Amino acid sequence: MAEIKNYTMNFGPQHPAAHGVLRLVLELDGEVIERIDPHIGLLHRGTEKLAEHKTFLQSVPYMDRLDYVSMMCNEHAYVLAIEKLLGVDVPIRAQYIRVMFDEVTRILNHLLWLGAHALDVGAMTVFLYCFREREDLMDCYEAVSGARLHSAYYRPGGVYRDLPDFMPQYEASKFRNEKDINRLNENRQGSLLDFIEHFTSHFPTKVDEYETLLTDNRIWKQRTVGIGVVSPERAAALGFTGPMIRGSGVAWDLRKKQPYDAYDLVDFDVPVGTNGDCYDRYLVRIEEMRQSNLIIKQCINWLRANPGPVITGNTKVAPPSREDMKVNMEDLIHHFKLFTEGMHVPPGETYCAVEAPKGEFGIYLVSDGANKPYRLKIRAPGFAHLSAIDEMTRGHMIADLVAIIGTQDVVFGEIDR
Amino acid sequence: MKQVNESLVRSLRSSLKITDETLRCDLDEVTLTLAASGLSESMSVLRDSPTLNFDLLIDVCGMDYADHPDKHQFKSRFAVIYHLLSLDLNHRLRVRVFCEDDEQPVVPSVVDIWAGANWFERETFDLYGIVFDGHPDLRRLLTDYGFVGHPLRKDFPLSGHVEMRYDPVEKRVIYQPVTIEPREIVPRVIREDSYGDV
Repeated sequence: MAEIKNYTMNFGPQHPAAHGVLRLVLELDGEVIERIDPHIGLLHRGTEKLAEHKTFLQSVPYMDRLDYVSMMCNEHAYVLAIEKLLGVDVPIRAQYIRVMFDEVTRILNHLLWLGAHALDVGAMTVFLYCFREREDLMDCYEAVSGARLHSAYYRPGGVYRDLPDFMPQYEASKFRNEKDINRLNENRQGSLLDFIEHFTSHFPTKVDEYETLLTDNRIWKQRTVGIGVVSPERAAALGFTGPMIRGSGVAWDLRKKQPYDAYDLVDFDVPVGTNGDCYDRYLVRIEEMRQSNLIIKQCINWLRANPGPVITGNTKVAPPSREDMKVNMEDLIHHFKLFTEGMHVPPGETYCAVEAPKGEFGIYLVSDGANKPYRLKIRAPGFAHLSAIDEMTRGHMIADLVAIIGTQDVVFGEIDR
Repeated sequence: MKQVNESLVRSLRSSLKITDETLRCDLDEVTLTLAASGLSESMSVLRDSPTLNFDLLIDVCGMDYADHPDKHQFKSRFAVIYHLLSLDLNHRLRVRVFCEDDEQPVVPSVVDIWAGANWFERETFDLYGIVFDGHPDLRRLLTDYGFVGHPLRKDFPLSGHVEMRYDPVEKRVIYQPVTIEPREIVPRVIREDSYGDV
């Protein structure tokens, strides 16, 4: 028998299954992985350093660019930290809007994860199905903030503006006839809330479609069941959060355990897995999408019934209304100071975390009383998850590595920061 | 949260030798300052004691107090901040450890206690130059291959020291000193206490 030696192979950074710019140095024994040395930082932009040189408000759009598939959740953690140091109260309507968009974001994120994960493992159709639904949610983002991805919608003290009363509609062009336009605009006749409600009423059947493609699929189960098993104890020791720890059977969800904003006012369940393998984490995330859908429905009902302000009236933190600014000297000064010098946050330090789709996304904010943070540390869930990839893949085949990268749901914007 | 923190403070006092100076409770968050010597023992107590039970290490990050207006309050320039979480008891703790030597900051590694600390400590070493004694594989993590300096230190300029470009003559990517001028559009201002009563 020929002697087989270990060899080292480079995986990425430009590989379709590397989910961005992951570079792995694999040590292989035949096709079995002995050791992995991930090289990260290829997308390092120094967000934490930049934030020290920007005013508090100027850093909000940087948060979108961290985990660029769950934009609003990142902003949420950041504005929560500022609000805690400032001690401002957030209007209840703004809290509900944030909860609703956090859940929209969760569905957005899980849809991208599901499509990409299935594509890695070999199922093309799921990807196309997922992006069909993502498109509608992207339109919600665009309707509310003007941007499809990097919304910068949450602000310290609330959200930038109230939900719009109408949805943007498709317009006729030489490529689309009137019949097509009418069909596309059918669910866009009312307000944004009508559009989201239409989405939520159809979304569960869409999730059923994904499940018919995957849940009992023999190939899918062969590729995910028993792959990347993590025990609950190891999951905690490795710093796992979110679906990664819930897949191992730990019912830990910040939305339930340490509720922020209006999460204690909505009703939902926390799904957990039993085996801690890729398949259980898949089931957990699928169920999370259904639960998010329920939360969105509750928020829609509440938001319809309860109009009100969506940002704090404290003009040291939030800009005054345009009308007030034109007639009132003091408001004019506040507006000017807020957008030139920025708000001053009292000295102190705080750690605020949200249950982002990938896990616990936290912001450790230290202020020295200036108009800029003294130190901003971003705790990204993907960072802790990726650091465990060596342990999770050891002894698996090289093809399973792709499934494990997929199940970790890595996004390099937040890992490299 | 308040009641949780009160019981947490009681448990901390009974499990560790703590003076009032080292234990702070601001904004409903408990901060404990520990000495670098004997850190591993204290951290083991924090993880294993049934009333503390911090089984999850959420975050490790460095801190540079060089430009802080109240820097005389801090024992030394560099500190390492740990954020701990207990899944069962649902409480959080922030642990601050000052590095005694400003020139060569060293802190014992906690990788043996929480395996997840590995990359967090590598990142802190990379960005702040804080050495974690006992870390199995202390290499740079986020910065470029061959990077010089520790970018999150307060004396490291925002624009860095070198920039990269393609040189058409040498037909390769070269590093050269930065050519951009540092500029600050909004200056950093600290107002007196009474200003802007928020």
